[in-house]
Amino acid sequence: MKKQLGKYSQQIFLFAAMVIVCILLTIRSEYFFTWKNIRNILEAVSYRLILAIGMTFVIASGVMDLSAGSIVSLCGVIMALALHGGMPVPAAVAAGVLLGIALGAVNGLLIHYTGINFFILTLAVSGMLRGISLMITDGKPITKFGQDFIYLGIGRIGEIQLSVLFAACFVLVSVPLMFHMKWGGYVLSLGGNREALVKSGIRAGFYRVTVHALLGAAAAVVAVIITARLNSAEPNAGMNMELDAITAVVMGGTSIKGGKASIAGTALAVLILGVIRNGLTLMSVSSDYQQWITGFLLLVSVLISEIKVYKIKALIK
Amino acid sequence: MGTDTREPIVEMRHVKKAFGYIQALEDMNFSAYPGEVTAIVGDNGSGKSTLIKILTGCLKPDAGEVWIKGKCFSSLTVKQSMNEGVTAVYQDLALDNCKDCAGNIFLGRELLKFGIFLDHGRMRRKTEELLENLHISIPDITQPVERMSGGQRQALAIARAVDTGGDILIFDEPTSAMGIKETSRIMKLFAGLKEAGKTIILISHNLFQVFDISDRICVVHNGRFVDSFMTKDSSPQELHKLIVEKEEELSDEKAAW
Ligand SMILES: Nc1ncnc2c1ncn2[C@@H]1O[C@H](COP(=O)(O)OP(=O)(O)O)[C@@H](O)[C@H]1O
Ligand SMILES: [Mg+2]
Repeated sequence: MKKQLGKYSQQIFLFAAMVIVCILLTIRSEYFFTWKNIRNILEAVSYRLILAIGMTFVIASGVMDLSAGSIVSLCGVIMALALHGGMPVPAAVAAGVLLGIALGAVNGLLIHYTGINFFILTLAVSGMLRGISLMITDGKPITKFGQDFIYLGIGRIGEIQLSVLFAACFVLVSVPLMFHMKWGGYVLSLGGNREALVKSGIRAGFYRVTVHALLGAAAAVVAVIITARLNSAEPNAGMNMELDAITAVVMGGTSIKGGKASIAGTALAVLILGVIRNGLTLMSVSSDYQQWITGFLLLVSVLISEIKVYKIKALIK
Repeated sequence: MGTDTREPIVEMRHVKKAFGYIQALEDMNFSAYPGEVTAIVGDNGSGKSTLIKILTGCLKPDAGEVWIKGKCFSSLTVKQSMNEGVTAVYQDLALDNCKDCAGNIFLGRELLKFGIFLDHGRMRRKTEELLENLHISIPDITQPVERMSGGQRQALAIARAVDTGGDILIFDEPTSAMGIKETSRIMKLFAGLKEAGKTIILISHNLFQVFDISDRICVVHNGRFVDSFMTKDSSPQELHKLIVEKEEELSDEKAAW
């Protein structure tokens, strides 16, 4: 029991923090704990959660991808052009998702075969992709799509927005994928000890490419949601979105070095950040505080995970 | 030498391997015979680990040939070498420290249910059984390997190699972090494997261990093959002398320069 608690200490901390924040906000604002507001929060975090889940896999594999936000923008732009060019919605969406997968895969290939540090590499790719988005659009948003497409961003089934359902699907699929299938196990080992994989006769490159392709797909789905929601594809869409995703993943207890991951932790972290954002807006607090609190929570979570590591080391001695 | 009428099961001919400007293997020759225990001895940095990584397909040689079971491989992959029955316990153990015992034992050969899902329960039970059969005691097999001691980690890597069922087993300094009792248990295990007809290649600095178990000794130095002889024709004193003399011979050469 104690062992289990130790294993999940970071997630427990996050959960406790969320409960406390929710209680405080409920006291401060009667609007906070209404279904309408909760629905707002869920809809606002849905696409962030999708990107963060993709990023969880990539960080679990021992690297980060700083180009995810730029992939969001380029996929959005290409989809918008396809729609304006008269392509039917399903085809345009499929093209966007395929582009996302391809761009992710290219990142994976570059990291695997060049051996260049992932940070520099994906930063460079990010700049290039963002540049392409800007060049294609001349820096101007592409707007006005048909209702069919917009439905993907704001449509609801009953009370639940489609984007929330998409996010829920991502979470539900990612748990077995990460922890109960070979693919996830190898992705984790890629971060845990790549050599161990190679020496077991497993093709590390395949998992490097596919894990980035997964993030690319997630980024493309995010592009669908935000383009449809805004009824506009902006070349600046997704700016810094990868940093928010990385923040949530690390806060959630996935090891920065890879090898260990928590989907529940990522989901909790995205939620708590969403609740804080919502609460600050409700209390009309400046969004500068939001940045501060996000940074602070990230710091505390990393400290907690470091303390955990420290304790383990002390135990071995 | 000269008494071998049998074909080697594993052979390396004139293998070269460089890392940048470090020539790790310089014209290396090596043979191991079926059912025998071949010990490789030589100082640190003499290229022993590089040699076995080439045998397992982890490293590609710059020149030379690798023969396994009568087949010549120009560019051996890990998979190919595994399919030939070669299994290794590497010096770095190749364990994923974030996974537990079962995750490591079954890395690359996972047990599945419904064809796609990992059968964690069955892998855990099989791991328990395996460790018990091999008399390896690890208090909590569900904890990540990073929390285990060096000796326990070595024992785990050995258990994995044994469990793969390969018939050519390579051990690179497998007991270097173990205590006396653990080591003797592993030596018994090796003796059992030999009894069962496995071919064993053992790298060890412990000359008594080498003489205890090996049939044949291969001495390497500075990436070169020095000598190979039957263990029964030699003694620890002689071997010790050979290694030390080689060292002096070389330092004399250097002095002459
Ligand atoms: N991956 C590597 N990169 C660079 N140099 C290496 C690498 N692996 C081994 N070496 C060098 O090759 C030589 C032989 O190493 P190794 O085969 O590990 O020796 P041994 O196992 O006999 O101690 C050493 O000088 C070592 O520093
Ligand atoms: Mg070595």
